[in-house]
Amino acid sequence: MIRPGSEAELAEAIRDADAPLSLRGGGTRGPLPEGTAITTSGLTGIVLHDPAALTLVVRAGTPVDEIDAALAGANQCLAFEPMDHRALLGSTGTPTIGGVVAANVSGPRRVLVGAARDHLLGLRFVDGEGSVIKNGGRVMKNVTGYDLARLLAGSRGALGAITEVALKVLPGTETCANLVAHGLDDAAAVRAMSAALGTPYEVTGAAHDPHAAEGPRTVLRIEGFAPSVAYRSRALVEALRPHGTWQIEDDREAVRAEWRGIRDVAPFHGTTGNVWRVSVRPSEAADLAARAGADQVFYDWGGGLVWLRLPEGCDLRARLGRYDGHATLVRAAPETHAALHRLQPEPPALQALSRGLREKFDPRGILAA
Amino acid sequence: MQMPSPDARIMAKKAQVVARLAQVLGDRGVIHDPAETRAYECDALTAYRCPPLCVVLPATTEEVAAALKVCHEENVPVVPRGSGTSLAGGALPTADSVILGVSRMNRVLETDTADRIIRVQTGRTNLSVTGAVEELGFFYAPDPSSQLACAIAGNIAMNSGGAHCLKYGVTTNNLLGVTMVQMDGTVVEIGGAHMDAGGLDLLGVICGSEGQLGVVTEATLRILPKPEGALPVMLGYDSAEAAGACVADIIEAGVLPVAIEYMDRPCIRACEAFAKAGYPDCEALLIVEVEGSADEINYQLETILKIARDHDPVEIRAAQDADEAARIWLGRKSAFGAMGQINDYMCLDGTIPVSALPEVLKRIGELSDDYGLGVANVFHAGDGNMHPLILFDANKEGDLEKCEAMGADVLRLCVEVGGCLTGEHGVGVEKRDLMSVQFDPVDLEAQMKVKDVFDPKWLLNPAKVFPLDVSEGRRA
Repeated sequence: MIRPGSEAELAEAIRDADAPLSLRGGGTRGPLPEGTAITTSGLTGIVLHDPAALTLVVRAGTPVDEIDAALAGANQCLAFEPMDHRALLGSTGTPTIGGVVAANVSGPRRVLVGAARDHLLGLRFVDGEGSVIKNGGRVMKNVTGYDLARLLAGSRGALGAITEVALKVLPGTETCANLVAHGLDDAAAVRAMSAALGTPYEVTGAAHDPHAAEGPRTVLRIEGFAPSVAYRSRALVEALRPHGTWQIEDDREAVRAEWRGIRDVAPFHGTTGNVWRVSVRPSEAADLAARAGADQVFYDWGGGLVWLRLPEGCDLRARLGRYDGHATLVRAAPETHAALHRLQPEPPALQALSRGLREKFDPRGILAA
Repeated sequence: MQMPSPDARIMAKKAQVVARLAQVLGDRGVIHDPAETRAYECDALTAYRCPPLCVVLPATTEEVAAALKVCHEENVPVVPRGSGTSLAGGALPTADSVILGVSRMNRVLETDTADRIIRVQTGRTNLSVTGAVEELGFFYAPDPSSQLACAIAGNIAMNSGGAHCLKYGVTTNNLLGVTMVQMDGTVVEIGGAHMDAGGLDLLGVICGSEGQLGVVTEATLRILPKPEGALPVMLGYDSAEAAGACVADIIEAGVLPVAIEYMDRPCIRACEAFAKAGYPDCEALLIVEVEGSADEINYQLETILKIARDHDPVEIRAAQDADEAARIWLGRKSAFGAMGQINDYMCLDGTIPVSALPEVLKRIGELSDDYGLGVANVFHAGDGNMHPLILFDANKEGDLEKCEAMGADVLRLCVEVGGCLTGEHGVGVEKRDLMSVQFDPVDLEAQMKVKDVFDPKWLLNPAKVFPLDVSEGRRA
C-alpha cells in the first residue's frame, strides 16, 4: 500500500504510476477498484478551524471522528451527518473526511441541510496526471470560475485524489426530540413524512422502518434550542393529526442513538444479501419499494432515500424499470458487483460527458474508480 | 477591458445565418434589424456595449436545440441570456455572436408540495417562482437583489446567492435537475426531483458555469415551507471592529440568523436620505434577521441582543411587527438605488473570511484615500460577501478607469486575505482578467478542460470567465 505523507508525495506517486491505482481514504465504504493500493490516510490534520466563520479546512486523510471531536469542542458539527459504513458492510478501518467528500456521503439531516457536497466550500486535488489543482476556497459564497469542487464531490476518485477540503460547519444542536407513529403502511408513512417536511417546523430527519420489532415505526426528528424543540414538537403533532397519532419522545440520548442507527442503516446490520441504495422522488418511493420485491426495506430522507435488501445477484434495476432517481449497489459479492456495477448506468449523452471528463482529468486511466 | 475582434467570415455571412435561424424558429423568433438588436447590446454592466449579429428568442427546448445546431454548424458563437441583469457582463455580446434569450420560455411546468419541488422553464423570473408557490405556503430560497427581474436561467448560470444564503444556501444548493441543450443541439436531462447525482455531479459543475457549458431550458428547483415568521433587529456600532466582533460572537453562540447585513457610514447616510428608515448615524449598522414562531424569534433575539450589548452599541432596535421590520429592511434594500441617486458607482462582489472584516474595511478605506474615490460598503456579513460601492463620475475623463483599477485592487485584497473575486455576481468579463490573481495556470487549465468536454468548439459565451490570453488557443 502506497501511503504518501504529503500532497507533493501523492502527486509524485500518481505521476510515476504506470498502472491503475486503487485509490482510497480509510477504505471503509465498499468495494475498492483493482490496482495498486494507494491511500490518502497519511495526509492528516486540521489546517484551519474558524468557528466564527463556520469554516473548517482539513486534510483529506483526517479521521471523521477526529473532526467531530474538534468541532464538538466549539459546539459545532458537520451538519450533513456522514454515515459510517462499517457496520453495514462489515468493513474495518478508519473513515476519513476525504472519503466522505469523494463519495458525497450524507446522513438523515441531508433532507433539510443538504448533502456533503452542499457543505463543501473548496478543495485541493491531484488529477490523473499528477497536477495539483485547487478550486473553490474557504468562504461561504464563491462563484469564481467553474465549480470543480462539486464535480469532485461524489466522483469516487475518478477525476482525482482529493488532498484537502474546506467545509462549512454549523452550530451543534442543543437538544432534540422524536415524533413517532406506529403501524403506518409505507405509502401512508411517506405521505406523513412529506407533510411533516412541508411544515415550517424544520424536521431534521424523517425515516420509516416497516420491519421494526414492534411493527412499522415512522420517526421524525426535531432539533434546536430546548424551548423551540418543545414548541415545534407540539405544533407538529397537531399538524400531523390527519396522518395518525404521534407520540413525542424526548430522551435526548435515546433520540441521538436512534438517529445514529438510522444514519448507518442499523436495521440491515447483521443481515445477508445485497444492499441497494435508491435515491428517488419521495412520492414514488412506496411504489418503487413494492416493485422491488425486496426482503427488507428502510426509508430515510422522508422517502427520498430507500434502502433495499435483496438476494445476492438480483438485478434490482431491471425490476424497477424507469423512475425519477437512481440505484447504487452498496453491498454485494465481488462477482455481483462485477456483473451489476455499483453505479446506475447513465443515458448515452450523459455517459459521453462523464467519459469525456474522465479522459480529460485522467488521460492515462490511472485512477481506476 | 478587451473583447476578441469579430470574425470577418461570420460578419460576412450574417444573412445566411439569419435565414437559417429563421427557418427553424420562424421570423418571429429572430431579431436582426440593428435598431432592434441594440436592445441586447449590454446587460446590467452598462459600461460595455456591443450589438450582436442577431438575437434568437426560442419558445421551446426543441427550438433552442435547433438554433444551437445551426450556430454549431455555422461556427457562430452564442451568448445565452436570461433577463440581462448580470452585473458582470455575463450576457455581453460580441459583434459576431448570436444572443440566445430564454425570455419567452417562462412557464411553470409542475408544482409538487409533497415532493417540495417546482419545475419551471428558465426564462421565468426568480421572484415569480416564489410567486407560483406562495399561496401553498412555500418559497424559493435564493433571493438575489435583482429577483424581480432576473431569470432562473441566469441564476443557474451564475450560481446566484442573495441575502439569506447563510441559512438556505445559494442556487446550487437548491437546484435538483435541469434540461440542458449542448452547443451541438444535444438535449440532456440531468438530475430530477430526487436528491444527489448517481454518477459524476454534472449538475454541480453546470451551475455557475456562466452559460459556457450549455443552455439550461428547464429546471427542477427545491421549494421550502415558509417560516412562521421573521423579524430583524438593527444594531448600530461606532467601529467596524465592534460590529465585526458582534457578528462573530453571534455565530459562535450557535444562533444561525437567516441574514446578517452590514452597512458602513456612507451607505447608512445615503440610505437614510433616500428611504427615511430611521437609521442612526454611526460607523457600522447591522441588520440581523431570525425566523420562527413568535416565541422562537423572541428567544433568539434575546440571545442576540445580549451579545450585541456586550459590544457597546450606539443603537439597538428590534422590530416589534411587520411594519417595523419592513422599515428596517427598506433602507438596506434600497441601498443600491440610494447610492445611484447621488453618484455613479461600481459594485464589487468579493468574499472574505468573516474574521478578516475589520482589516479589509480599513484597507479599503486606505485605497479610497489613495485613489481619491469614495466608497460605501454594504454586504452580507454572515457569509463574508462584500459589496463595496466605488463612487465615480462617469462624465469625468479617466474616472471609470481609475474606478476599475481601484476595484481590481480591492478584489486582489479579498483574495490575499483568503477570499475570492466574486461571491455571487459571477466573473463574466468584469473579473475575467483578474482570474489569474486567484488561480494558478493549472487551476484554470482544469476548468477549461470541462468546457472542452461540453463545448469542444468553444462557441458558447467564449470570451468570458477565462482571461483571453489563457483561452486563446481554444477559442475559434
